[in-house]
Amino acid sequence: MSVLNPYCPDLATVREVIQETANIRTLRLTLDDPEKMRQFSFQPGQVGQLSVFGVGESTFVINSPPTCKDYLQFSVMRVGEVTQRLHQLTVGDQLGVRAPLGNSFPVESMEGKHILFIAGGIGMAPLRTLLLTLLGKRERYGDITLIYGARSPMDLCYRYEFEDWKARGTEMVLTVDQEFPGWKERVGFVPTVLSEESPSPHNRIAVVCGPPIMIKFVLFGLKELEFEDRQILTTLEKRMKCGIGICGRCNIGSKYVCVDGPVFDFDQIRHMVPDL
Amino acid sequence: MGTMVFISPERLATALDRLAERFDLWVPSASSRGGGAVRFRRYASGTTPVLDRLTALSPKEAVQPQVESLLRFRYTKDAEDPGAIQLSLEDRIDVKPTLIFGARPCDARAFLLSDRVFLEGPYVDVYYRARRESTFLAGLVCREGDSACFCSAVGGGPADTTGSDLRIIPVRDGLVIEALQERGEPLLEGLGEPASDSIQEAAHQVVEEVSGRCMGELDTSGSIDAFKSRFQDGDYWREVAERCLSCGVCTFVCPTCYCFTITDESRNLQGERLRSWDSCMFYQYSLEASGHNPRPTRLDRYRNRVGHKFSYFPEKYDGQFSCTGCGRCVRSCPVSIDIRRAVAGLKENLCECP
Repeated sequence: MSVLNPYCPDLATVREVIQETANIRTLRLTLDDPEKMRQFSFQPGQVGQLSVFGVGESTFVINSPPTCKDYLQFSVMRVGEVTQRLHQLTVGDQLGVRAPLGNSFPVESMEGKHILFIAGGIGMAPLRTLLLTLLGKRERYGDITLIYGARSPMDLCYRYEFEDWKARGTEMVLTVDQEFPGWKERVGFVPTVLSEESPSPHNRIAVVCGPPIMIKFVLFGLKELEFEDRQILTTLEKRMKCGIGICGRCNIGSKYVCVDGPVFDFDQIRHMVPDL
Repeated sequence: MGTMVFISPERLATALDRLAERFDLWVPSASSRGGGAVRFRRYASGTTPVLDRLTALSPKEAVQPQVESLLRFRYTKDAEDPGAIQLSLEDRIDVKPTLIFGARPCDARAFLLSDRVFLEGPYVDVYYRARRESTFLAGLVCREGDSACFCSAVGGGPADTTGSDLRIIPVRDGLVIEALQERGEPLLEGLGEPASDSIQEAAHQVVEEVSGRCMGELDTSGSIDAFKSRFQDGDYWREVAERCLSCGVCTFVCPTCYCFTITDESRNLQGERLRSWDSCMFYQYSLEASGHNPRPTRLDRYRNRVGHKFSYFPEKYDGQFSCTGCGRCVRSCPVSIDIRRAVAGLKENLCECP
């Protein structure tokens, strides 16, 4: 993003497109200015604004790990006008990027702890960055568990990486909403599977991302399991425009998701759950 | 007190013409057909400033235009290879020196509140900064406050000079203009005649008399926490805002409401990214593409507006309210919702239940 004008995006080019699910695509981009690309750095959990000029701008998490210097990866679910157009982009097309924006996961303070990832649908995207970052220093963390759910097996993102995640020390609990021919993993909503698993809160950090309704029920579930508010991290999404804490719309109380977030611990937003 | 000049009614047009040579000059005026609402408009020779009536809109438009261009973009096709399309961006900021003439203390203070949002970071809004730095304010000693005004209850007052470079003091025979800041001094040059001792004395008396007025009573103490305790009290919000129509006029007329949206407009292969005023009262404001809306009802949105002004903003900015008590939202609301009632009631009958 421009040093002088935070509203002015950098130009970037699509290098690779991966069809994740029927309505989710992953875009791998490079910044057109090679010097900017070389110097680009970010922390896991930070986001970027992608622009299709003439249509608009939307916010997505950078879901490649910071160690990946070849491209920036964003996963986009087709739900509105901007995402519709982002899905139409092909290799070689240009777009605008303002990144990195927002805060990040407290990776260092998670060291020495067990980590429980809980994701729903496209909510896996921000957790992917963190998961890959932790797996890169696997020995520094305790158990790493991932509970990941989607409507159907075809709605799970990054399926082609699951074996790798498992091999590198992730305990995977996959679930889909309904029975599906050939599906041998769990069936049921994420919050239900969480209570079935009932992980101990002892020395454990839960990292939650998914649709707001899932987040709300998972929070209740974690409270029942006696997780303390500080042990629960979530990364939130809101409608955003400026992305730099000015335009006003992404607030939760006095916090702006774009600059004070997207990563929050539950202690910070406890009073504001109805506003999620 | 700073340097003072006196402008007689006959000299006012000449003085304004002179200012208009150097500045994009905004003055409160009635519509060209006369009558109707008084609002700040760009001065053109012959415009009669209306300084004895409150304005329906604040002058925030001079610094935050209702619509402004942030970027221009252009796709260029290569004639040799039509598949190769090059994208280019341009972010130009055009500003002219601007003078807002006759801003009342509530409106002048409002700019300082917006400054905190746009200039304090973590990111600086370069468009706002460019306009703000080239904007001068000639504040008006306010003698026209009405029953909707409550500037004295939120840190201001009818003779407050916060945020102004010049002060306009209406006296019996004309206007006295006083330089409040060093950067205001040069503006006085050639504007009028030096104020005589008796006129200076008359100006002092006006200021003293107006300073003694207390405009509006509202107990805002503890509103940061009282709001949070009331947050989930649906009955309370129904009581204060059930009538709300979600029309957004309160935010439109508010000098401290600054929220905006960003949209693209394009034609053929080029276009602009625009910033426009938006309102947290609108359903679409926080509506997400998925269909989820964190503030789906009018009550949720009204609650957020009160919270922003009297809890979230002061929590973030050293206790300052995002409200200068101008009373416009009270005067303009088509269903007579009064923000003073919503704030005053926060602490009433507050139970300790969770």
